[in-house]
Amino acid sequence: MAGAMESVKKARMVTRPTTSDFINEIFDDFIEFHGDRYFSEDNAIIGGIASLNGMPVTVIGIEKGHDLASNMQRNFGCPNPEGYRKALRLMKQAEKFKRPVVTFISTAGAFCGVGAEERGQGEAIARNLLEMSRLKTPIISIFTGEGGSGGALALSVADEVWMLENGLFSVLSPEGFASILWRDNDRVEEAADIMKMTARDLMESGVCDRFFEEPEDGLENELESVTEKLKEALVSELPKLNRLSTKRLLQNRYDRFRKFGEFSDSSRYLTDEVAEAVENRSKQQ
Amino acid sequence: MSIFSKFAPIVKKASSKREVKIKPEGSDKKMIQCKTCDNIVEKDAITKYKICPSCGAHFRMNPSERVRVTFDKGTFEEFDGDLLPGNPMNFPDYKDVIRKAQDKAGYNEAVVTGIGQINGSKTVVAIMNSFFMMGSMGSVVGEKITRAFEYATAENLPIIVFSTSGGARMQEGIVSLMQMAKVSEAVGRHDDAGLLFISVLTDPTTGGVTASFAMLGDIILAEPNALIGFAGQRVIQSTIHQKLPAGFQRAEFQLDHGFVDKIVHRKELKNELSKILKLHGYRN
Repeated sequence: MAGAMESVKKARMVTRPTTSDFINEIFDDFIEFHGDRYFSEDNAIIGGIASLNGMPVTVIGIEKGHDLASNMQRNFGCPNPEGYRKALRLMKQAEKFKRPVVTFISTAGAFCGVGAEERGQGEAIARNLLEMSRLKTPIISIFTGEGGSGGALALSVADEVWMLENGLFSVLSPEGFASILWRDNDRVEEAADIMKMTARDLMESGVCDRFFEEPEDGLENELESVTEKLKEALVSELPKLNRLSTKRLLQNRYDRFRKFGEFSDSSRYLTDEVAEAVENRSKQQ
Repeated sequence: MSIFSKFAPIVKKASSKREVKIKPEGSDKKMIQCKTCDNIVEKDAITKYKICPSCGAHFRMNPSERVRVTFDKGTFEEFDGDLLPGNPMNFPDYKDVIRKAQDKAGYNEAVVTGIGQINGSKTVVAIMNSFFMMGSMGSVVGEKITRAFEYATAENLPIIVFSTSGGARMQEGIVSLMQMAKVSEAVGRHDDAGLLFISVLTDPTTGGVTASFAMLGDIILAEPNALIGFAGQRVIQSTIHQKLPAGFQRAEFQLDHGFVDKIVHRKELKNELSKILKLHGYRN
């Protein structure tokens, strides 16, 4: 099936360029900063400051590594709470020094482990959603690979979300979806299709604002062809966001996420029993 | 603005999953087995607090039961009671799934929002419902809680959120994930306005709800022994291939690790909420 599963496979390839590759190609003078100042360093997230055509920016991204040794050192790109807290620290620093923030996302999801729970994985993600929603500086998030659920969202409450052609963003993996909702591990491809998790699908739903085609020879072989376009887009877009008043910037960001949801006020789904109960309780008032 | 409809919260009672019904011979008394202590107790001995008379285990509550033990009689008014989900992912048979859930739970969706008084203090509230698709958060849950926060912000009111949820509503795909960002933004605006948000974590609070508004309260309370965490225990076990420690992700574990301000017994919860509201200047 040449459906969404193709993108899933490409997004997960070991040879797929990672955040460090994108940073090297797009920015100059990247200086990496470490640590969350509370507990430790998390190698699954890298962050620091760099120059984009002379403009100072804060760059943060999830790093998976390139081979088994670096995969392990990077915890396979699955951040712990301290990674999200380091990211937030760097974003607050960007706000203070009026630098825009660019984040790169490629993760199967936030790490699920005992230590992650002990140190508040839920709280760390929640705090990032809240603080990013009111960060007084522009944020652009770029999905370069997998975008696994809350662990990806925690770095992408942004003014604009861009995706590479084979980037993904979903509430869970297609494997998890098939196993939990259908109890059938053989329906992973069908799950991937129905989940609308690819860049093209997400353009339609408004989750993604812009997508970048990948070379036919594979991203790993012609990375510059994509990074050139990404750089061009950042160079043209960030100044536009910078020119907005803080109030307008934050209102636009609020509206961007406020619009998500499909619901109706009618009672067309109500079963007779529930409809009757609703009717009765409104009479009681 | 007509964001609320005047519905009483009660539809019908849902049965707690922690209870097992037993039919004793030669008696017409209804007996129930508590899943926590295994003792068999008279159903009538379980009061409105839904606590096991034998071991004190807190059974799960539906929103109308929660309203009854939290708000002054007759003061609760429901918001957006008729909001119903669409099908953003065109998930097969989602309408049927919803209908079945409505039949089983007796509610339209997995959260009831509204306004009421606690010992005279007016507050906005959102009460999640684990009996409706495990309290999962999709468009309607996200929208109702967001509107509740926006209403509280506009009216200068505090808000209390009783969380109980398995996480994001998978049948709604990425849209359910976006609800986490949407609600968190509204929490941010309420926070910016200097208003009080009390988060009450009840059994179970997990996944996308933990990773958004549930952990963002100015004050975070929890009911005893409530399961509170981000990842599900089976997921963690399959990741680390180790047995999980006793009491892992329970309210007491979260208190020990600094993520909960206080564990409050259900019988004292109304009083505790009332004191906190009054100490923040919210009186009649």
